[in-house]
Amino acid sequence: MTTEDLKAFEDKIYAFVGREVCPPTPAKDAVNGAMIRQWAEVIGDTNPAYTDDTWAATSSRGQTIAPPAMMYVWGQEGFAVTTGRAPDAQSELVNLFNEHGYSGVLGTNVKQEYFKETSPGDTVVMAMTIDNISERKTTGRGPGYFFETLATFTNQHGEKIGTQRFKVLKFIPQEQPAAAASEETLQVPTRIASPRGHDNKWWWEACDAGKVLIQRCKNCQTLRHPPRPMCGECQSMEWDSIESTLEGEILSHTQIHHPKIPGYQYPLICAVIKLAEGTNFMANVVGCEPSDVHIGMKVKGVVEQVDEKTMLPQFYPA
Amino acid sequence: MVANVKDKAVIVGIGNTKFSKDSGVSELSLAVQAVKAAIDDAGLKPSDIDGMATFTMDTNDEIEVARALGVGELTFYGRSHYGGGAATSCLHQATMAVATGMAETVVVYRALNGRSGHRFSGGVSGDITTADAIHWGWYMPYGLLTPASWVAMFTQRWMHNTGVTKDALFEVAHSTRVYGANNPAAFFYGREFDRAEYDAARMIADPLQLFDCCQESDGGSAVIVTTPERARDLKQPGVSVRGVAQCAAENQEQMTSFYREEFAGIPEMETAAKNVYEMSGLRADDIDAAVIYDAFSPIVLWQLEAWGFCGFGESGDFVKDGALRTDGRLPTNTHGGQLSEAYIHGVNGIVEATRLVRGTSVNQPAKTVNHALVTSGVGIPTGGAILGRMD
Repeated sequence: MTTEDLKAFEDKIYAFVGREVCPPTPAKDAVNGAMIRQWAEVIGDTNPAYTDDTWAATSSRGQTIAPPAMMYVWGQEGFAVTTGRAPDAQSELVNLFNEHGYSGVLGTNVKQEYFKETSPGDTVVMAMTIDNISERKTTGRGPGYFFETLATFTNQHGEKIGTQRFKVLKFIPQEQPAAAASEETLQVPTRIASPRGHDNKWWWEACDAGKVLIQRCKNCQTLRHPPRPMCGECQSMEWDSIESTLEGEILSHTQIHHPKIPGYQYPLICAVIKLAEGTNFMANVVGCEPSDVHIGMKVKGVVEQVDEKTMLPQFYPA
Repeated sequence: MVANVKDKAVIVGIGNTKFSKDSGVSELSLAVQAVKAAIDDAGLKPSDIDGMATFTMDTNDEIEVARALGVGELTFYGRSHYGGGAATSCLHQATMAVATGMAETVVVYRALNGRSGHRFSGGVSGDITTADAIHWGWYMPYGLLTPASWVAMFTQRWMHNTGVTKDALFEVAHSTRVYGANNPAAFFYGREFDRAEYDAARMIADPLQLFDCCQESDGGSAVIVTTPERARDLKQPGVSVRGVAQCAAENQEQMTSFYREEFAGIPEMETAAKNVYEMSGLRADDIDAAVIYDAFSPIVLWQLEAWGFCGFGESGDFVKDGALRTDGRLPTNTHGGQLSEAYIHGVNGIVEATRLVRGTSVNQPAKTVNHALVTSGVGIPTGGAILGRMD
């Protein structure tokens, strides 16, 4: 393709920016409990706010709501899509890409924003435009363009309930090296492990074996954590350890929002816990809503495998 | 008994580089620019410098800085550990060197590409087995990795114990940003900021939100310290070190002193404050303005309590009464602080405290500033200094 050809092609595709894909169109069915239940089952979302009428009646909303992430579901075509769909600006754009060799397609990301909830009986109205098209990019899949549609959702009263941006890469497929594809193994990141040296290796090895130990001075019996080579009370270097019951009470806590580090599960709560044995200990609190964690909360720990490589004490509400 | 070095060392030069998010130059380049600016400010020559003090975290070796600048012989070089806790510790080192005659003219410097290079917010990780790495190892696997998260853990407990609310954190964040908006060198120069923006900003680690956190910055700062005799011959009015102290308290950890009987407090700063007051013969009432280390908004509040400007748990009301403002009881972080000027590990704070005593801050209070406090980072071994006009 010459520079002039490329320019002519780009002029054509960029002319799609701002074009309407569909005018405001009400969903064929109103928001309803049956579809919500099926969606929640498939996703595995057991939030009673979506499916439990009795529970919802006592909630602050007074009724069930649709999962916000279902916003786009209500307007999706049903079985009719198998017999082809009516042409629109998006399909015209896709055809144009295909005709010029950009036949590869990869949905790269979806971003939804929510402004208002919907409940059974509401009608979701969707309008969509082609919002933007990137410059020509060199990607691992081949050269191509990212285009993004913007869907805007309103309810039957014309109130905005949300938006969805859907980004797609249209690219010229490249021959992928076969060997690279087959040898590729999925590397799942794990938590950053503590380095292990003379003073702490024994503790982490016990943790690997499912136990939390507390170092104890052999001379004066004082417990200490984190482990250190000498007793601060009597300066003895002789020590042994006891196993913690992992019963404790939260002294302080924080929920880590940013930055999110690969290998950690969020929401992530860190808390300083006073153990029943008397030493303080920093660990994660799990098994409850972040908003339920509070100073003075009683917790009980258990050493668990938290990823492929890591055993860690995790504390649950007692 | 406190060793007395009162008024035995004088700040005679200050210098900052431009602050940016991407300096495009090496940290060594920033260091020598900052030191050169301080030397020029003092009316000295590089060859007048015979001592250097910086942070253990600084990557710029004293001898590299010396060669780049054309400084000759160095008879004193000392480094201070513990991140931002080293800010006034470097001044402490310089003061001791000058007071004892180990050196005559010492430059304190710190330069970092803290945004374009290694970012503290990226968190710690341990590739090497030092005592320090083992210490972080008690927190890394759980995801407590960043300065914000460590400070958040103290803040949550302190707010619980004292009943101080986000209103006070906002006042710290807002007062410094109003100062920063008026400082052409600050990231917040000319920028509007209000409660709605503060509240709407993303959560970093409960209860700290984006605007409770300082500016990750590229830049350098330096101050020159010399003897009172030498200072009298120099260009600028001398700013004397009335008192300076450092302290690591019992059961101290770096940012994670969670093992004390009560950890809603900073006993290391209380001791440093007591010793600085004793050395200088001054009290909180004598301090007219302050530069209080503000990597995060709540730590300013704890320090107001540690330095006795108010009682424990009273800092919230103290700041909400406008104490930190330019016409308040204690105009604080008048350069915009590290929350809104730049985060140069507290050394830009020593520069500003010097300006306050000289009377040359861009937000100089109307009242006479006889004494300005400047402090180091907290949660770590820390310290502070009181600066005053040279007699």
